[in-house]
Amino acid sequence: MPFFLLPFSFYIQNFLKFSQTESNLNANVKRITTPLTDQVVESLKAGDNVLVSGVIYSARDAAHKRLVDLIDKGEPLPLDIKGQIIYFMGPSPAKPGQAIGSAGPTTSYRMDAYSPTLHAHGLKGSIGKGTRDSEVVESMKKYKAVYFAATGGAAALISKSIKKAEIIAYEDLGAEAIRRLEVVDFPCIVAQDCYGGNLYQTGVEQYRRG
Amino acid sequence: MRTIPAKLITETVTKLCMEANYFLGNDVLQALKDAKDKEESPVGRELLEQCIVNAQIAKEDEVPICQDTGFAVFFVELGDQVLVDGNLTQAITEGVRKGYQEGFLRKSIVEDPLRRKNTGDNTPPVIWVDVVPGDRLKIVIAPKGGGSENMSEVKMLKPSDGEKGVKDFVVDRVKRSGSNPCPPVIVGVGIGGTYDKCAWLSKKALLREIGSKHPDPYYAAMEDELLKRINDLGIGPQGLGGRTTALAVFIEAHPCHIASLPAAVNIQCHAARHKGAVL
Repeated sequence: MPFFLLPFSFYIQNFLKFSQTESNLNANVKRITTPLTDQVVESLKAGDNVLVSGVIYSARDAAHKRLVDLIDKGEPLPLDIKGQIIYFMGPSPAKPGQAIGSAGPTTSYRMDAYSPTLHAHGLKGSIGKGTRDSEVVESMKKYKAVYFAATGGAAALISKSIKKAEIIAYEDLGAEAIRRLEVVDFPCIVAQDCYGGNLYQTGVEQYRRG
Repeated sequence: MRTIPAKLITETVTKLCMEANYFLGNDVLQALKDAKDKEESPVGRELLEQCIVNAQIAKEDEVPICQDTGFAVFFVELGDQVLVDGNLTQAITEGVRKGYQEGFLRKSIVEDPLRRKNTGDNTPPVIWVDVVPGDRLKIVIAPKGGGSENMSEVKMLKPSDGEKGVKDFVVDRVKRSGSNPCPPVIVGVGIGGTYDKCAWLSKKALLREIGSKHPDPYYAAMEDELLKRINDLGIGPQGLGGRTTALAVFIEAHPCHIASLPAAVNIQCHAARHKGAVL
């Protein structure tokens, strides 16, 4: 089955130029809005192209450690993660007039130690780059969560889909602070789904030689 | 002797920090375009297209190509007929401080590896200085992102492991890195020297222009062979499968001890940034 009828970048370039025009999208690009329900998560399969709109939250290494420490101590979190998506990202500083600086994903395996705990507390999705470990996969199956890959290094392009950013916790962490991001048509691919489907595995198997 | 004021060095470094992070080299951009034309995976082609569009946006808006604007690594060639009026290390460090602040670049350095408090200005840089003949000062900055640096490794092989041992190590290192270092990558390989020198060689190798041939036909052939083996792994753009896992393999070799065969792999993501100036 083909992944695309038209190149995904066609949509990205078009949404940059013309904002959202439904007619530019075809059935192979799924548009979803946060917060995510079980039903939405269950509809997403590894390999799907997705445009995410709504509110997502950025957090990376240091913020994850603090969140999980709070959960371990039974204390409240600075944000309600139920149904939400966390984006593993620490932006460069915004220039005057920008909502956010360059904002591409960081490598996800460093958050593998924390994600299962967050899934157990209602987190429905994460966006990053690179494969997740088996414990994360199991927690995604158990709690119905999904993992999206954004394009590492496409940070200037991705920042265009972030319309507003504000720090809501851990300002002392600088780039690693937790940000509330309002996104419109944030481009990503379902890399690992709630059924154990894994594009990192199937994609590589398809193109390996020798 | 020719005198170069420290202030000029600081000003130059300030500018280099910004330019290196905003403007992807033409060689890298061309390599991404060529790869996209040859890529068999539709997902892979799309991801490469995103990288190309991203480089155009970064250039036009003068914003970082990647939010990880890296550890500021410098390769400096100091002519033996040059007198720096001031302190070279301080002048470069001040340039990093100003460049990362004024250029809206991310500050990614913690002051202690275990206690991990951010230094707030992306200093200190890593500075390698070679003293060379002449009255010029060449400064090259190579901002190095954490994701690809984390996939790098030095291995002390036995001389009997030979060429096969080195080649298998390089391919295996890229294979184990998988999706993590933002493929397509550039693979810097150091062979020989000491443990430390070998790692340095693998980083210095990354400064080479994509498309350039190794001057030694033996290593030029090895680079071609390694590139083919790496691209046959199927890892592809972002590790989601495809024919483009690496854009180039660059080898730097050096004399070594009769008992040793050090080999190092320094992985560079596709946001392969370096920019130089000669004073």
